[in-house]
Amino acid sequence: MSTLALAVRDSSTMLRRNLLHARRYPSLTLNLLLTPVMLLLLFVYIFGDVMSAGLGGADRSAYIAYLVPGVLLMTIGSTTIGTAVSVSMDMTEGIIARFRTMAIHRGSVLVGHVVGSVLQSVASVVLVGAVGVAIGFRSTDATALEWLAAFGLLVLFSLALTWIAVGMGLVSPNAEAASNNALPLILLPLLSSAFVPVDGMPGWFQPVAEYQPFTPAIETLRGLLLGTEIGHNGWLAVAWCLGLAVLGYFWSAARFDRDPK
Amino acid sequence: MGEPLMTGLAIAVHGLRKSYGDKVVLDGVDLTVPEGTIFSLLGPNGAGKTTVVKILSTLVTADAGDLRVGGHDLAADPQAVRAAIGVTGQFSAVDGLITGEENMLLMADLHHLSKREGRRVAAELLERFDLAEAAKRPASTYSGGMKRRLDIAMTLVGEPRIIFLDEPTTGLDPRSRHGMWQIIRELVSGGVTVFLTTQYLEEADELADRIAVLHDGGIAAEGTAEELKQIVPGGHVRLRFTDPAGYRSAASALDAASRDDESLVLQVPSDGSQRELRALLDRLDSAGVEADGLTVHTPDLDDVFFALTGGAAVPAQSKETVR
Repeated sequence: MSTLALAVRDSSTMLRRNLLHARRYPSLTLNLLLTPVMLLLLFVYIFGDVMSAGLGGADRSAYIAYLVPGVLLMTIGSTTIGTAVSVSMDMTEGIIARFRTMAIHRGSVLVGHVVGSVLQSVASVVLVGAVGVAIGFRSTDATALEWLAAFGLLVLFSLALTWIAVGMGLVSPNAEAASNNALPLILLPLLSSAFVPVDGMPGWFQPVAEYQPFTPAIETLRGLLLGTEIGHNGWLAVAWCLGLAVLGYFWSAARFDRDPK
Repeated sequence: MGEPLMTGLAIAVHGLRKSYGDKVVLDGVDLTVPEGTIFSLLGPNGAGKTTVVKILSTLVTADAGDLRVGGHDLAADPQAVRAAIGVTGQFSAVDGLITGEENMLLMADLHHLSKREGRRVAAELLERFDLAEAAKRPASTYSGGMKRRLDIAMTLVGEPRIIFLDEPTTGLDPRSRHGMWQIIRELVSGGVTVFLTTQYLEEADELADRIAVLHDGGIAAEGTAEELKQIVPGGHVRLRFTDPAGYRSAASALDAASRDDESLVLQVPSDGSQRELRALLDRLDSAGVEADGLTVHTPDLDDVFFALTGGAAVPAQSKETVR
């Protein structure tokens, strides 16, 4: 069997294993969905009128439109915390030592985690998106191509955060440490343009908020779904995604190749 | 795997070294294991038995050494080594979140068996290891013995020619332990080579063709159980007295005996044979003394183990009774 065929076959076996875990124990994935859904409902139904007025909108629906793209990307950040936790738990299991002594494709364990996690992220985004639509979110005149681009962006963003989360999981000695290490993945959206525009933040903080990975992705998604100005955010978002994915990949591969303790 | 094993050796290790930081764990280990035999690595806890297994099973890299497993060089071609071996570690390497059957099918997939072949092999092994009834339950609900059996069953899916068993019976109850021994014997009768680490001397004595004692980073002794037992002079007859006068006259009649004047015990070197025992008893009779207790002590692996690893449990007398 060629190296590529071996890699694909073993990785899909590992993917099946991870999806089986997710199906048997859905509580971790579902718990992680609670945060974005709660924040969505909180900001719409409790703070919605104030926030909407702050944006110069007539009613709550203006803020729903503003909020949903950010919450969708936050959902990805939240789901990948689960990735970090499950990778670190998996590494303490004897089965990983067994995999290392088998003549299988070396990277398949990690690829299985990554692909499984991206699929879970997409499923989570669809669920949270459905909640958004249920409370009144509508895209404005998005073409099929824009929908496709939006979907592509969400997948690419998941892939980038997932590789980073896998690295975080590999360096964490246990599940608690992994969930602490992965905390920035859910804190960063709070410091982005997800809830309030960057313009409304203190001047010294604006550059941080504007150029961190979440803001360009959120602005691009808004542009694609709502027709707002994308500008340089599109390229910034893609650059962040590719950069983080490559960084996370090499970090994770290097950590996984080390001798286990 | 197509490469013929010219040496007839399943495992050949020369000059194996491994340190963790400043701590030297293995300081020049040499050992060879012929194909189709059971080799047991004995050693006290922390001697580095598990490190040897981790290195030979490609889990951890050695600092130095010429290491060949299944005819393949460990450093040059670890993937070929992996294709030839199976490993069952000290802690069960099963996926607790999925069922026993799913664990087996996972192994079948990773060995690239077809769906049908995978199901057949999984069902057969689950049946053989008495796990068919529990096959649909998550492995985390299994008892220690069941987990260990599932672990070995998973190892066998790939039909490895060389199997590493790292303390396979540690923590098992006596019944499960004997079951595991039976499994190991069956493996070898099928031509498989078994590299077994254990801290139970009885286990090595029971199973192994050859035994090596790992101590202080090196092999302190190697041979069959019988050969090892000859290394230490452990065989003696122990005579216990309650009457000091009887003890003294026995001591003067048996000049080869080592004395323990405090507890009135004599130890006479002896191989425990009928002839030697009768000669001993005759001498006691002619001296007109009768011991209050007589026990025959033949050397066992415990003696070898304690003598080689410097354990405190070796009575000082047995060192004096060199034949």
